[in-house]
Amino acid sequence: MHEVMLAAAYLLASLLFILSLRGLSSQLTARNGNFYGAIGMAMAVVAIVVATDNLALPHVLAAIIGGALVGSFLAARVAMTAMPELVALLHSFVGGAAVLVGLASFQAHFGGDGPHLTQNPVLLSEIWVDVFIGGITACGSVVAWAKLKGLLSGRPLLLPGRHALNAGAVTASIGLLVLALSADPGQAWTYLLAMMAISGLLGVHLVVAIGGADMPVVVSLLNSYSGWTASAAGFMLGNDLLVVTGALVGASGAILSYIMCKAMNRSIWNVVFGGFGAAPTTKAVAAVGEPLAVNEADVAGTAQWLLDARRVIVTPGYGMAVARAQHAVREICDLLRARGCEVTFAIHPVAGRLPGHMNVLLAEAAVPYDIVMEMDEINGDFIDTDVVLVVGANDIVNPSAETDEDSPIYGMPVLQVWHSRKVVICKRSRASGYAGVDNPLFYNDNSAMLFGDAQASMAGILQHLKAAD
Amino acid sequence: MHIAIPREVRLNERRVAATPASVVKLIQLGFIVSVERGAGLRADYPDAAYGAAGATLTDDVRALWGEADLVLKVEPPTHHPDLDVHEASLLSEGATLASFVQADLYPDVIDEVKARKATLIAMEKVPRITRAQKMDALSSMANIAGYRAVIEAANLYGSFFTGQITAAGKVPPARVLIIGAGVAGLAAVGAARGLGAEVRAFDTRSAVREQVQSMGASFLEVEIEEEGEAKGGYAKVMSQAFIDAEMALFRVQAKEVDIVITTALIPGRPAPKLWLADMVAMMKPGSVVVDMAAQRGGNCELTVPGESVIREDVHIVGFTDLASRMPRTASQLYGTNLTHLLDDLSTDGVLHLDPMDDIVRGAVVLLKGEDPEWPAKPAKKPKAKAAVAAAAPVAAAPPVTRAVGATKGAQHRHVSHASDAGSDSKLGVWIATAAIAGLFVLWAALRYGLAAGADDPASTQAASGFLQHLTVFVLACVVGWHVVWNVAPALHTPLMSVTNAISGIIVLGGIMNLASDGPIGIAGWLSVAAVTLATVNIAGGFLVTERMLRMFRR
Repeated sequence: MHEVMLAAAYLLASLLFILSLRGLSSQLTARNGNFYGAIGMAMAVVAIVVATDNLALPHVLAAIIGGALVGSFLAARVAMTAMPELVALLHSFVGGAAVLVGLASFQAHFGGDGPHLTQNPVLLSEIWVDVFIGGITACGSVVAWAKLKGLLSGRPLLLPGRHALNAGAVTASIGLLVLALSADPGQAWTYLLAMMAISGLLGVHLVVAIGGADMPVVVSLLNSYSGWTASAAGFMLGNDLLVVTGALVGASGAILSYIMCKAMNRSIWNVVFGGFGAAPTTKAVAAVGEPLAVNEADVAGTAQWLLDARRVIVTPGYGMAVARAQHAVREICDLLRARGCEVTFAIHPVAGRLPGHMNVLLAEAAVPYDIVMEMDEINGDFIDTDVVLVVGANDIVNPSAETDEDSPIYGMPVLQVWHSRKVVICKRSRASGYAGVDNPLFYNDNSAMLFGDAQASMAGILQHLKAAD
Repeated sequence: MHIAIPREVRLNERRVAATPASVVKLIQLGFIVSVERGAGLRADYPDAAYGAAGATLTDDVRALWGEADLVLKVEPPTHHPDLDVHEASLLSEGATLASFVQADLYPDVIDEVKARKATLIAMEKVPRITRAQKMDALSSMANIAGYRAVIEAANLYGSFFTGQITAAGKVPPARVLIIGAGVAGLAAVGAARGLGAEVRAFDTRSAVREQVQSMGASFLEVEIEEEGEAKGGYAKVMSQAFIDAEMALFRVQAKEVDIVITTALIPGRPAPKLWLADMVAMMKPGSVVVDMAAQRGGNCELTVPGESVIREDVHIVGFTDLASRMPRTASQLYGTNLTHLLDDLSTDGVLHLDPMDDIVRGAVVLLKGEDPEWPAKPAKKPKAKAAVAAAAPVAAAPPVTRAVGATKGAQHRHVSHASDAGSDSKLGVWIATAAIAGLFVLWAALRYGLAAGADDPASTQAASGFLQHLTVFVLACVVGWHVVWNVAPALHTPLMSVTNAISGIIVLGGIMNLASDGPIGIAGWLSVAAVTLATVNIAGGFLVTERMLRMFRR
């Protein structure tokens, strides 16, 4: 009876999870999707609680209530600019939970006077894989979280012989499994803990070697790992719902990583093992023989250009998030739209520190989502645009990605803002972006640089616009 | 260096080579500026404004010209009606003159400037390169002339441009045909569209089709494939077959359209005759032809250069001073083009004509009274420069009314999506193949390897269970792959947080390990911790997703 109920609940929950992801195909159905996901989750948890005999219910309830309280607190409190950190932290929790479940399973099956280990090599291997991926996910995500939060430097840390170190860690983990297969439970437990430590260090090492600009890829990749971890736990526990859900999440993270990599014109191997951003190439800068002059703009002039424009595109980057300028940008957008100017937003896939991060920030600032466009949707429109306002973005609007074969970002798809009649680039300083590449856009005749903090600049423009009304 | 801004003396010329605003810029560049009294009057720039800008005002035309190192003018120098001499003969020896020259129309200018051993910069010869766009006076003036041509046509046309339905009856919109979609033609398209007319445009260069369409006009074509684009983006002479087809097309159009604006010019040749007498006769009475090529003989056979006439009951406007009919803005743009040129060619108020500079090589037609001989350029171009130039291929599109480019955007979207799908499916096939191969290897390993060696039933059960889960796993991966590709990119952050939440499903593992009769041991406490962590994920993930999704509003 329990078996049937459980199977039915698992099947329904799997379907609800799939519907949940499907709902996200449009803003209109997204909230329903989230609701389906929550229902599916509740169903699965209730089913297993009811179906498990001799359950230590007080412990389960205490753990669930505690976790739910912490989770709700985090969700309610997090600033939208800090979403990448929260996502990274939650990945580490999945990894951590998987490691703990793996250790618990080992104790449950092989602890005490359990059977000799070699008699169930499949289960032991599954535990090994679960703890291994879980360890990488948990520790890697903690490092990613610290990097995003600014606790660790965004610069990649490249140890000498790092590829050998990674390979060594994998080999050692496999070696420990082989040892454990023929060891007694006490020894095997030690091997398992040693392997857990190695996988943790491997996770740390993989992520510290990755530069700040690649964090969106890393977070997506860890998203994928957290899914595979859940799947591995599913194999270990013989639970198909875990397998299915983990596979969904793993596929999702893999696709996001793929999209991010494509948007940067790099392969996943290059991101994970390339140590990109380690040596900022000054070649592109050096090639420009004479020192080039930029046109500087002020807020009054920018406001005037915006007032005269019939069509404006705003191109936000991470700088807008850092300066928390999105609300001022939205007010500018409202004022211009009220005057009959057509305002749209152009979002590059890797703008921000998380896939889709800019969309969330703009949504938080109450920018209607139907004027927020993806790169492919809007790239053809720049030619008919009077003013492009680039707020805190650099590499994603760099024309050398299309023209300069020597540029490290050559081949990366970029927003072709230079086709418009006027480009105003709001930037803190002349420094180059994360990729460390000079941006010829700044020296174009139709470009003007608005130096200063994005929020102050946007507020200044807003004042001038209001004064003009 | 002393700059002189004389009053333009050619008949009907209202423009001036510098405005008070551009005088300020010239002084900032280190020049000393003198302006002839009354120079800006017909462009609505009073003398006092020049004085306030820092220029010296003078009545003495001879002294003004004679003392200047650099004279800035609009029109080619001509016979001065008051002084009864050629303007160019007033130049001091070795001085420089910058203006439109049009040497093929006014050969006297070259001779006079040569006689003064002076340097001559022809504004119409500034090369069409990216760096020189801000100095391109020809485009500035063409833009104004194109706009003005529509205004002149509207002035003579006895009806609305925009269609109207009134209680007293319906008025159809004016139909405007624009021949030649260069800068002037596109400006005319924009102005006519802005007034509400139905606009069609014709050009031998297919490259301009998109620009015409993006401005809301339809692009007419003949059914002969021949490319009309020559070097520098100008048009070339077409074959006879093409011209015949073109004429047939125009004869059909002549019966339909109310207004024709012709802008067809081929560099260094008389204007091609495109709108023939019989086409004029076919037009409805009261129609208007504006011939913007009148100065070079006109595109219309019946054009009288410089005049507006009525032939076959059709107005034929042959004004050669269209840009000058908007003198205020024309002077402003021309003055700005000149200051940009001087900014480029001078340092601290002294002109330096670098023989290696493309702009100098193009625009300087006389150097100290001689035909300039430029040294050969090194074959290799500086790479960085080329990159910058290529990076900003902004067409000299005029800043005119913009019409909807939605269809273009849609096509672009469609194409890119198709290419995405192509590479994705390739990757998908690759992954599926790898997965199937991996599955087979695993199955073989379990069937004949690990499980075969073990005699314990629990172990063989685990092995067969593994295979079953593997099947489920692979299928789930495929489902996930297809579902997630449909997620809107704008929702990728909510996607991550919702996957965070559902990966909290690992809570099941923790709960399963908490089944025990007695007190919970190490395994139990580990599981409690796992359940807590997983629940943080579940609650945090779903709630933060909900919070985010609530923000997405239309």
